[in-house]
Formats: sequence, structure tokens, C-alpha cells
Amino acid sequence: MEIAPLGDSALIVRVRKNFDGAPDEALNAVLATRRLLENAQLPGVIELAPAYTTVGVFFDPVRVVASGAKPDEVFEWLAERIREVILNANEVRADRMETSPIQIPVCYDAEFALDLDEIAQHAGLGAQEVVDLYCASEYRVHCIGFTPGFPFLGGLPSKLATPRRSTPRKEIPSGSVAIGGAQTGIYPVQSPGGWNLIGRTPLRLFDPQKNPPALLRAGDRVRFCAISRDEFERSTR
Amino acid sequence: MNATAVRAGFSTTVQDFGRTGFRQFGVSLGGALDAHALRVANLLVGNNESAAGLEVTFGGLQLRFVDERLMAWSGGEFDARSGSTSLPVGHPVVIREGDEMGIERPKTGCRAWIAVSGGFDVPVVLGSRSTDLRGNFGGKEGRALCHGDELPLGKNSERTRILIDKLQRERIARWKPPHDWSSPAKREPTLRVIRGSEWNRFDNVTVRRFTGDKFTVSPDSDRMGVRFEGPQLKANELVDLVSEAVAPGTIQIPPSGKPILLLGDCQTIGGYPKIAHVITVDLSIAAQLRGGDEVRFREVTLADAHHLLINREQNLEQFRRGLQPHFS
Repeated sequence: MEIAPLGDSALIVRVRKNFDGAPDEALNAVLATRRLLENAQLPGVIELAPAYTTVGVFFDPVRVVASGAKPDEVFEWLAERIREVILNANEVRADRMETSPIQIPVCYDAEFALDLDEIAQHAGLGAQEVVDLYCASEYRVHCIGFTPGFPFLGGLPSKLATPRRSTPRKEIPSGSVAIGGAQTGIYPVQSPGGWNLIGRTPLRLFDPQKNPPALLRAGDRVRFCAISRDEFERSTR
Repeated sequence: MNATAVRAGFSTTVQDFGRTGFRQFGVSLGGALDAHALRVANLLVGNNESAAGLEVTFGGLQLRFVDERLMAWSGGEFDARSGSTSLPVGHPVVIREGDEMGIERPKTGCRAWIAVSGGFDVPVVLGSRSTDLRGNFGGKEGRALCHGDELPLGKNSERTRILIDKLQRERIARWKPPHDWSSPAKREPTLRVIRGSEWNRFDNVTVRRFTGDKFTVSPDSDRMGVRFEGPQLKANELVDLVSEAVAPGTIQIPPSGKPILLLGDCQTIGGYPKIAHVITVDLSIAAQLRGGDEVRFREVTLADAHHLLINREQNLEQFRRGLQPHFS
């Protein structure tokens, strides 16, 4: 485990060196580390930002000094405490898995699935086969970022991996479900983006009036199920 | 009681200290790009330091008030007026019922923060009144101000009332905070940086360019980040990083080799190599950068950065104590 400064008011705990080799194991280790640090409530720590192999720790140096650190050793002092918390943990356990995955209904209507044909061509499959394969897999949220509530999902069948579009679209409608390389995700708010659109969900993935504001969080398991255009229209009404 | 944006300005947003605790959901910190400047302005009018103020970019804002208020502003070198009276930076001023105040194009810098006693009382969304322009929430309906917007104001505090009474005759207080606090804009600033995680992925020549050469601010800069033109900085190898947390102050080097300095509205995670980070106290200068400005970067140690921050905090505490007699 490596701890490195991220400027003077944040640091990064590198929980795993590698992601590609064992993405699920990395995710479990990141979530376990986040849980440990959350419970430890270290002085001056403001918030934690988990990502694929790391946990970002944002802190207020003034409060760290007020808690006893020498101004020359703010980073070292905090890093030492983080190491203690992680190394002294009796057992590093992942968050308990949800009993069932979260179901995301997706309409694969041609109007929403602008790049379905390209994905199918790339995979050497028919469009319906792509949809069936996509819906048959279980996915996991590795992290949330890019825009508020955007989930980066692992677990895409390797056959469906499709390179990002060479020219990103300027406006992707909210709810668009898309494939970017070996990952898949959902655009929660209208934004530019370069991923291949496979369908659209009527679910609202980000709602600032709710707390938590995002439907999904890192570690969640996800499944997609196909809905008709009628069902889509009914659930957005 | 409200304030009316008679003219909205080029890009004016309601901002406080931003949102914390929601990075895990992809929500940016946001908030005043120079949080320290907003703190100082709030202290000058008797507000809580974290009260919401207006962040004015490139001026053009005209506000009308319906009741008596204390107002103070901080930031770049702007011309602010109320009628024919010039409103100097960093001095609290009494705004009377029906008065207007305006802030015009800056001579140097590009942003100013306006604190009004009572604070701008827009709804709190995810723990903050700040405007999130990308997520379209917070502030005034999740957007920059439009002409004619009505902005609700909180009540004047007891402290504020006391100072308003004292300033009835002269209107503008003669005292002000130290210069550096109220006007951090510089024509050719040097930003102090500490090394980033990927500093060592750049060879010596590139690193020397980074800390030796001048960079020009691109007009294509906003609250998310400042883009620079200048010598190209390329990593030794093509670095394909797994995305991890980034922060305001982070300097990323994308494949183009042109540095991007992230500001308050930056995304929560990023995968470009991080060559360095601008230290927190110099984010006040970074918030003033505008197209054409020439910037240099100078390396300091992490301990230096923390000393500077703690010094500023001590000075602020002194200033806070010095203000006390004016409000009692």
C-alpha cells in the first residue's frame, strides 16, 4: 500500500497496484479500505473518494495541525494514522454484498440505440444477440465520476467491448446506456460523450434533491433488463 | 427581502464553500473559486464566513436592493460603483433602500466575490447553496444569473446592524483587510506548486521547462479548469493510468502536452498524469487567471505549502479579532 500526496489538502491511498488483472478483488479492497477510514474518523479528514484502485482522502491541514501534527509533518502524521488504521484492522472484509443486484430497465429501441449496429458488427453478432448477451451479464459499479452519478460498470462480456467513438457526441441525452471500451455506463445528465449508445433507461440516476443523490454507488451489482418502447414511455410519464 | 439582478453580468453565480461528502457520487466540490476571498468579504459584512455570496466573472453585474444592507467585495481589480460613489475593494459599505451597485469589467484578474449582509438565501441542495453548472442544480435554479433575477437575502444579523448604525454618516468604512487578501490578481503571476504523483514520468528537460518557462492562459478556460499554451510537456512513455481522485489545484498533462490546471468545478476523478499541484494559498491567484495572462510555476515543498496555509489562517484569526470592535 502506497500513500501519496494529492496537493496539500488531499492524499491518495493506493490499495492495489493493478486493476486489469483482478478488478473485483481491487474493488473489494478499495471498499474495505474506505469503510475502515470512514469508521476511523481521523482528525481533519473531510471526505473520502474511492476509485478503481485507490481511495482519495481530502483533509483540512489546519485541523490536522490543531489535532497535534507539526506543521512540517502534516502529511506524514496523517499518512501514519491511515497506515495504523489499515494495518491494525483485524480482518479486512468487503462490504456485504447486496442480496440481489439492482435491476435497470433499458429500452433498446432504434431511436435510443444509435450505435447498436456498430457494436453488433464489431462483435460479429446480430443486434438481438447483443441485447441478449448484454442483459444476461451481471455488472458491478467500480466507481462514480465523469458527471454527477455516472457509474463506471465492470463485467461487460469481452465480446461486446467496443472502442470509443473517434469523435465524441456533443449531446448525449440523460439515461443513455453506453459501452466505452471494456466498460459500460449510464449517462445520468445530458452531457457530451464518446461512448457507443446501446439503449436508454427511464430511471433517474442522479437527483440532487435526494440524499444520497445517486441511484448507484461503488460496489453495487447491476443487471439490465429489456423493456419495450411502450413500457419506457409509461415509466417516464 | 430580495436583491434584483438588474443586469446579470457575463457569468455570475451564487457560491459558498461548495459541497463536501458527495465526491463519491461524482459531485464536484464547486463553491467560490477563491474561498478565502469569499470568507474575507463575509467577515467584513458581519456574516458567517460560509454564507453564500455572488461570484462575478468579468463583471457586468448591476444589483438593486430593496432594504438596507452592508456589502463588501473582494477579488480582481474591478471598478465597482453605487451611483457616483466608487466602492473600493475590501471596504464594507452601507447600501440604502432602493440603492443599486454595479461592477464593471476588470483591469486585472477576472473574478470578484460580493458578500451582502444576511447572505444570498437560495435553497440548500446537498449541503450547499453553490451553483453546480454541470449538474444544473444549486444556486439560482442551477444556472448563472439572468437579467431580472430576484435573489432572496437572509436577515441582517445583530452584528451587522451595529456596524450599519456606526457607518450611517460616512457610509464606507475606512478600514480594510491587508491588500493581498482583497486583491490577489496579478498580471504575470507565479504559481507555487508541489510535485504530483507522475512528476517522475517526465524527463529532466520537460520538468525544467515546466518550472522555468512561461505559459500563456488560453481563453478556453472556465470554472472547471485553466488551459495553458506554451512549451509542450510530454510524458516519457504513454501513460495509461487508472482514473483516481483529482482536486482543485491539480495540474494534468493530457496527450496534447498542454497543461490543464483544475479548479473548483473539476470532475472528481481523472486519468491524465498529474505533474504537480498548485498549493492551496495560490488558488486565490489561479482563480483570477484569464486568457492571455502569462504564468510561471515554481516548486515548493509540501511543508512550505502547509506553513503558508497555517500562516494565512493565523492572520485571518487576527483579522477576525481586529474586526470585533467594529461589530460591538
